[in-house]
Amino acid sequence: MNGVTVLTMSFVEYSDFVQDGDVAIVYLGHESMMPVKVQQGAQTQTRYGAIRHTTDLIGQRYGSKVTCSKGGWVYVLHPTPELWTVTLPHRTQILYTTDIATITMMLELKPGSVVCESGTGSGSLSHAILRTIAPTGHLHTAEFHQQRAEKVAEEFKEHRVDHLVTVRNQDVCKDGFGVTGVADAVFLDIPSPWDAVRHAKTAMKKQGGRVCSFSPCIEQVQKTCEALVAQGFEEVSSVEILLRVHDVRTVSLPLPDFGPDSLAQTQPDIAEKTPPIQASVTMKTTVPPREIPGHTGYLTFATKPRT
Amino acid sequence: MADNVDEDSQYRIKEGDYVVLKRGDIFKAVQIQLKKKVIFEKQWFFLDKAVGQLYSSTFEIVSGGILQPLKPKDTESPTDAKEAGTDNRNIVDDGKSQKLTRDDIETLKEQGLKGQEIIQRLIESSSTFRDKTEYAQDKYIKKKKKKYENTVTILKPSCRILAMMYHGREPGKICHLRYDTLAQMLTLANIHAGSKVLVFETCAGLVLGSVMERMGGYGSVIQMYPGGGPVRAGVESFGFPEHFHDMLHEFPICHVNALLAGTLDTTAKDPSADSKKSDMSAEEEQNQPKAEPEEQSMETNTEADGTHDHEKDEREKLKEARAQGKKVKQEEKRKKLAAAAALLEGRNADGLVIASRFHPCPVLMGLLKFLSPSRPFVVYSQYKEALIECYTKLKDHGGTVNLRLTDTWLRHYQVLPNRTHPVLLMSGGGGYLLSGTTVAADRSKPAGSRRAEEPAAKRLKLTDTEG
Repeated sequence: MNGVTVLTMSFVEYSDFVQDGDVAIVYLGHESMMPVKVQQGAQTQTRYGAIRHTTDLIGQRYGSKVTCSKGGWVYVLHPTPELWTVTLPHRTQILYTTDIATITMMLELKPGSVVCESGTGSGSLSHAILRTIAPTGHLHTAEFHQQRAEKVAEEFKEHRVDHLVTVRNQDVCKDGFGVTGVADAVFLDIPSPWDAVRHAKTAMKKQGGRVCSFSPCIEQVQKTCEALVAQGFEEVSSVEILLRVHDVRTVSLPLPDFGPDSLAQTQPDIAEKTPPIQASVTMKTTVPPREIPGHTGYLTFATKPRT
Repeated sequence: MADNVDEDSQYRIKEGDYVVLKRGDIFKAVQIQLKKKVIFEKQWFFLDKAVGQLYSSTFEIVSGGILQPLKPKDTESPTDAKEAGTDNRNIVDDGKSQKLTRDDIETLKEQGLKGQEIIQRLIESSSTFRDKTEYAQDKYIKKKKKKYENTVTILKPSCRILAMMYHGREPGKICHLRYDTLAQMLTLANIHAGSKVLVFETCAGLVLGSVMERMGGYGSVIQMYPGGGPVRAGVESFGFPEHFHDMLHEFPICHVNALLAGTLDTTAKDPSADSKKSDMSAEEEQNQPKAEPEEQSMETNTEADGTHDHEKDEREKLKEARAQGKKVKQEEKRKKLAAAAALLEGRNADGLVIASRFHPCPVLMGLLKFLSPSRPFVVYSQYKEALIECYTKLKDHGGTVNLRLTDTWLRHYQVLPNRTHPVLLMSGGGGYLLSGTTVAADRSKPAGSRRAEEPAAKRLKLTDTEG
């Protein structure tokens, strides 16, 4: 039965077994993962020793435990946009899953959506968009930095999502997105989004759609909102979303010794039976991490009305 | 290209459509039915005139509850007064600044004056309006607009709008699941077209509908439901095309143990439905969780009334027909159960989403068994403590990595020239999430509970899922 239908891994489709050419995520331990390009004959070094792709990875089921050369073990995971976001090579500052999730819902992305994005950056958001709009949608992404544009296009190919995306090496503020009247949604993560608002409008369907701009500074938000209103966008709304991680711990709170009480004084055996030393209460609780990201950026959403 | 009519047909409101009414930040989901009175924000009206109009159109409610399409420009601010004060040092609250009385306003309303006109009158009759700062004037107009403008916008439903609507109107029905939390769930569970997703929810169908929207009709969703039947009111509100429902399956949670033990197979898989015995047992099984009080009471009535012979015959026939109908229904239900069981039996689901008022721990531990390794899952609970227990159980049990217990804070901003700041009130809590990824069950650790899981893991390896 095995091998009758060989589904190839991609970022938009699950497969069961690791194959040559896949991008797998190696789980090394708590919050420690790395992406691996699976290739016949290749080896990957980890702190637990080497992983030999041909014997240790190819043909293994995703989610299996893989024993490394030094006897340590890791798990091999199927790639998802979320795992990619925490393992991808940074070429720019990236968007993380908390913001991505909000953007995806508030832009109303779903299979079939046509989306414009700029800049492409390291492709963290792009992968999440592609996952959501597949198999019938399309992403038009513009990146003005030539090297970054080429690199991300290469990654899309490796991740087998290149049929869903067009990468353009152009400045969206000057040249727009390269498409007119096709987009259901536009996302902007650029230093001066207000300069791109009119291009966003041009790129969108005449029936309307949703737009989002991500900016770290409130002054940028202010100017973007003004530009959006000036271009006739409606339902302009700015939000900020913060992730709080709760670390689960077992804690033990000691109980103070109040000294022998009157009852114990009259009955000396009771006082002897309850030594005050181990008096504590153990419980499961959560503690916040010592430091958390307090700000990523403001998300400004708006609706383009029918024009 | 000149033929715009065809191009727009899918953007037009049709009779029978599920739509969302909007005024300000208030939403309400309704179905477009002719001659049906709708009450929204203390006003009643008919949606008849909305049919044929484009989605996202705004309407004015005129006398008789008739909707009249508004030109987009009509919604602009009514005032041209550029005169304004600089501070409030001379504004005294004597309660007499507004010269119009309550009765005057009522009279104006009865005369059928538009909301905008009433606001204009209020401004003209306010002795302090001109002394107010430009910003205070803005605020005044906004407040009055909210009160007197009787417009309504009709929107096409979406996960965004319905999630915001439920959170605003009936948070109790969706376990106080805030929309940004729902957004996290859909992303953390990697919901996308073509996968096989398990959903257990008691959120009126909102979570299920959101999952279905993200899957776009590709793949399959199995709703695991508690009690007599799946709750899907919220799913209806999405107004999905017919073919979306082909991917939706349902399975009663009360049969999970039987399915896992392999004892459900005979009932679910038996193709010879004619056999009376299997039919009976299927009937029993169906009736146990889902009591059908209407039908049952009807039947008892028929029997009690049947005094005359010919009448009795008639009733007998009717009863038979009804029984036949019931049989067909039950057969359909049995087939659906078998189909859902078949989907689950492979234990190769791609994702699991839980959001319910039940204790999440047993639900999670039970349903995780149906997932393939290396697949994401996400559990929502209104309470953190329940998820702490889940976390501890999962750690003891093994078979998962990347466990994270999180919640999100959502802060809205007012962005206006010189008046930008966070909105004064924010939501106190939108619930908590536990997310993670499944991995092949660990065989090296000698924990007793894990041993018991071993056969399942081995079976998983042997079963070819796609072949």
